[in-house]
Amino acid sequence: MQFKSLVISNVELSPGYWRMRMTAPPPFAGSRPGQFLMIKVTEGADPLLRRPFGIFDTGTFVTQFTDCGSQTFLEILYKVVGKGTAMLAALHDGDRLDILGPLGRGFTPGDPAGEKILVGGGIGLAPLYFLARELVGTSRVRLFAGGRSREDILCITEFERLGVETYVATDDGSLGDRGFVTQVLEKHLLSAKDATIFACGPMPMLQATAEIARRHNVPCQVSLEAFMACGMGACLGCVVKGKEHRDDHPDYRCVCKEGPVFDHCDLLWEKGEGGNS
Amino acid sequence: MKPNLTVEIGSILLKNPVMTASGTFGYGQEFADYLDLNCLGGIITKGLSLKPRAGNPTPRIVETCGGMLNAIGLQNVGIDEFIEKKVPYYRTIDTRVIANFFGTTVEEYAELAGRLDAIPEVAGMEVNISCPNVKQGGIVFGTDPAAAAAVVTAVRERTTKPVIVKLSPNVTDIVAMALACQEAGADALSVINTITAMAIDLKTRRPVLANITGGLSGPAIKPIALRMVWQVSRAVKIPVIGIGGIMTATDALEFLLAGATAVQVGTASFLDPGTAGRIVQEMEEYLVSEGISDVRELIGALKV
Repeated sequence: MQFKSLVISNVELSPGYWRMRMTAPPPFAGSRPGQFLMIKVTEGADPLLRRPFGIFDTGTFVTQFTDCGSQTFLEILYKVVGKGTAMLAALHDGDRLDILGPLGRGFTPGDPAGEKILVGGGIGLAPLYFLARELVGTSRVRLFAGGRSREDILCITEFERLGVETYVATDDGSLGDRGFVTQVLEKHLLSAKDATIFACGPMPMLQATAEIARRHNVPCQVSLEAFMACGMGACLGCVVKGKEHRDDHPDYRCVCKEGPVFDHCDLLWEKGEGGNS
Repeated sequence: MKPNLTVEIGSILLKNPVMTASGTFGYGQEFADYLDLNCLGGIITKGLSLKPRAGNPTPRIVETCGGMLNAIGLQNVGIDEFIEKKVPYYRTIDTRVIANFFGTTVEEYAELAGRLDAIPEVAGMEVNISCPNVKQGGIVFGTDPAAAAAVVTAVRERTTKPVIVKLSPNVTDIVAMALACQEAGADALSVINTITAMAIDLKTRRPVLANITGGLSGPAIKPIALRMVWQVSRAVKIPVIGIGGIMTATDALEFLLAGATAVQVGTASFLDPGTAGRIVQEMEEYLVSEGISDVRELIGALKV
């Protein structure tokens, strides 16, 4: 659906990382973890295209001191990386945005009896919070969060408040273990029972996670990020290579429509130039 | 009174001059949740080829100031899957569907024209001789008047449906191309396709697109498109369809003044899927507010 949204709050969590809460129409509460939004940051032509954002959270709250009843909201986490996100960071409560969404295919939770392992890198934690909130009711959930330094590790307290066990790794060791989050993941994976991995983050982290999943024969869903113009399968700008892709046998899949969440087995993870890395 | 919005492209009567441009609207159904397809003058499909095509490596798109570059590389499902999976949907909608297609040889163009001619749901065809992003994606035919005429002649022989030729702006003399296509039997011309362009990443010292160059579209190209529509429409007798950076009804009406009989909305559908429908509505509101009873009064009405 397409809707106009009012910014409710827009807060800088950590240098360059922001969390925005905005209004949404009631049907939005039915969106799935892993689905995303296309946000038009300004009405003008610069930036021209919408920007994709994962859904960090959605729900309803009761507006206090009024008779308005309940209001559906949604939240995004974003990192200021360019002009569009810088404009987003300059918005205040009461500002308006035009939003398309929820779009794409989200995560599939699977059997509640198995353990759920979330792996997030930097801003990739955003869709995992929404997923964790859904999973904690029925399953054991552990989060492995990675980033360059402590400033890139977001919202850990929020995850812990849900009852998620958290493990952190940073490149510089300023928070948690020093090293890659995937190394920490592999160390703990052996103790997990009937685990399923849900990962979102930079491509090298996803590739390493998929490789670990393959080695340990653990089901794994990855949420991808890609440049896209439309978010609805029309521009074909956001494609990734599917598992059957060869030069003479193309297998391209739209991140926006067939993803952004894919089973890691459905993608081509070849090292070097041929794969998606 | 409700003004007349209908226009004619060859023998196709469009309920209004607003269509959606090839490659920006999928096969149409993708957008059905966001606007009433029946309110459109027409839908131009994603470019079709005889065999499915994978398209180019990624990155395929990048935003630039006031526009975007794309080098999709004509990824499409191919004519067989189009007929089997996409065409049945067209029976459920009431708008004109025009199939855009391309070949790598004159024979391929002719064969595709013959296949499309046999589909009752397809009202006409738009011949793409102008994709800038694949070596044999038509651009060889789009920059040489004699080669363009050969394609149009071959297509013309295989169909009685209206043949629209989509011209490339990446030529020295677009009027010469237009005249060659008219001479060879084209019923109308689409002006323009994207403009070859590039973007560079200073940090990596690499081109942003894997294809190195891509086609520029969006509001940034509107002034160039207007100029080319004006030049072409003055030189030919057949209708011209204006394309290039149309975001609003004002933009669309400017193209009509420049000489276009109809327009296509392209990149704007990416950022707002309902754009084409909104333009139809705003165009009608403009005619009513200006007391113009027939949109055709505006075609080529530029005062110079």
